[in-house]
Amino acid sequence: MATTRFLEWLGRIYIGLLLAFLYLPIIIMALMSFNVSPFYQLPFDWTTEWYASLWQNDQLIAATWNSIEIAVITTIISSVLGSAASLALFRYEFRGKKFLQALLFPPIAIPWLITGTAMLIFFFGVGIGRGLFAILLGHVALALPYVIVVVSARLHTFAPELEEAARSLGANQWQVTRRVTLPWIMPGVIAGGLFAFAVSFDQFVVSYFLATPGQTTLPVEIYAAIRKGFTPEINAVSTIIIVVSMALMLLTARFFKFGGEK
Amino acid sequence: MAAQGAVAARSGLRSALPLLAPAYLWLTVAIFLPLSAMVFFSFMTDLPLTGKPWAFTLGNYAAFFSQSLYLTLLLASLRLGLEVTLWCIVIGYPAAYVLAKVLKGRSREAIFLLVILPFWSNGLVRIFSWAMVLREGGILDTALNAVLPFKINIDLMYSYPAVIIGLVHSYVPYMVLTCYLTLQAIDDSLIEAGRSLGASRLQVLKRVIIPLSLPGLVAGAALIFVPVVGSFMEPRILGGRTGTFYGTVIEDQFVAVFNWPLGAALSFILLAVVLVILAVASPVLRRAA
Repeated sequence: MATTRFLEWLGRIYIGLLLAFLYLPIIIMALMSFNVSPFYQLPFDWTTEWYASLWQNDQLIAATWNSIEIAVITTIISSVLGSAASLALFRYEFRGKKFLQALLFPPIAIPWLITGTAMLIFFFGVGIGRGLFAILLGHVALALPYVIVVVSARLHTFAPELEEAARSLGANQWQVTRRVTLPWIMPGVIAGGLFAFAVSFDQFVVSYFLATPGQTTLPVEIYAAIRKGFTPEINAVSTIIIVVSMALMLLTARFFKFGGEK
Repeated sequence: MAAQGAVAARSGLRSALPLLAPAYLWLTVAIFLPLSAMVFFSFMTDLPLTGKPWAFTLGNYAAFFSQSLYLTLLLASLRLGLEVTLWCIVIGYPAAYVLAKVLKGRSREAIFLLVILPFWSNGLVRIFSWAMVLREGGILDTALNAVLPFKINIDLMYSYPAVIIGLVHSYVPYMVLTCYLTLQAIDDSLIEAGRSLGASRLQVLKRVIIPLSLPGLVAGAALIFVPVVGSFMEPRILGGRTGTFYGTVIEDQFVAVFNWPLGAALSFILLAVVLVILAVASPVLRRAA
């Protein structure tokens, strides 16, 4: 019994160490964004100077707006198209259904480097070219499988008899969907939409290959800045991004259980 | 009966099509056609769009096999993927076990969320945050020198270990997630039964827990190995000049050298390697799903 206790405490300490490993660099980055020294020297002196100069950086601000715009549009398009597809995969039996479901796997599993360069070649080849529209096309495609997987998971908890009951009471297909099915899967749709937002807002690799100097997103802009040399301004904007995306995921967790517990 | 089933299946498709078509058309235009185009381009001498003459060639693939550089880099990337995956197992599996079998209730839920939360935040920014910790005169250096009585110089920045640390930090939550899901599904009474029959802790771990959680382990390994082999941003930022890998060479073909057909061939070879790995792992992956 004593050994068990001891091992359990060891386990708790271990988890604490893992959390330290995961969060320390992020916390240090956040702290340094409030430090006076631009070379990250200690002692620590508080300032919000870097956030103020961020505000003056038109290029970063423009890239930020592009990122937000693309993420919002990606969220809307992919949650509508994705939910419709999940509904069809749930409701109907047809040949090739397994194949269609399997097709969702490659976009998630293939490294973004390959997907991104392939998009660059193809979009360039068919005349779409690079830029914000190309980035949007790519982001929606990357987000769609996630939405479909999340909404389908929610649909598995839905009893099809409810649809039949509504139909036998005289509701037509559209009424059944809007009044019975949609309200039930809404938490899944919202979670899927938040996933889509995160996939798009944090996306770097695919955006990187599709961006042009004038039409770029925040992560691409940050990558360029890092390669030119570190500045506290990058810390400041990075801190903002990490806070936003973590808040977003906490929100998602409220709508969708990750743990798989019933 | 069978004919009737076929009719039902066809009418099912007719009703499903309007709902399915938009999503799958989008995936076709933005994922599947581009991947096909990449294969096509990899057999060309030049892009047909620039107006320059072009022809079909095997030269891009010949370049891969004739210059040992590309093969060396691909092997280096595969080794990097292997090392990162192993570290993720070593670090992530015990954590998943503690989460699934030691912690209970609300604290488990909260800590589980904390572990996978960074995974869903910006990867580029997290890699960048390591730069601040690892460089000379950085936090690790300063902290260790403050504690230790002698002077040491920690300058891990722009080195192979820095790339490993950054990648493990990025991907270890995946391993915790997949292993947690399978470990959680193991019935506690199985473990108790083994113990009461006289098996030691180690024996229970070896004979019961690890075999039953193997699908999660393999799923996590595949999900980590594949993107790490194709990584280019992490080696660039943390590896500096030592950070030349297969992924960075592909990046160069598209953004610096502008040899797209060669880049396409290199990408396709990587895709083939990735697909073989996923195919090998897929029987176990399917059991995990």
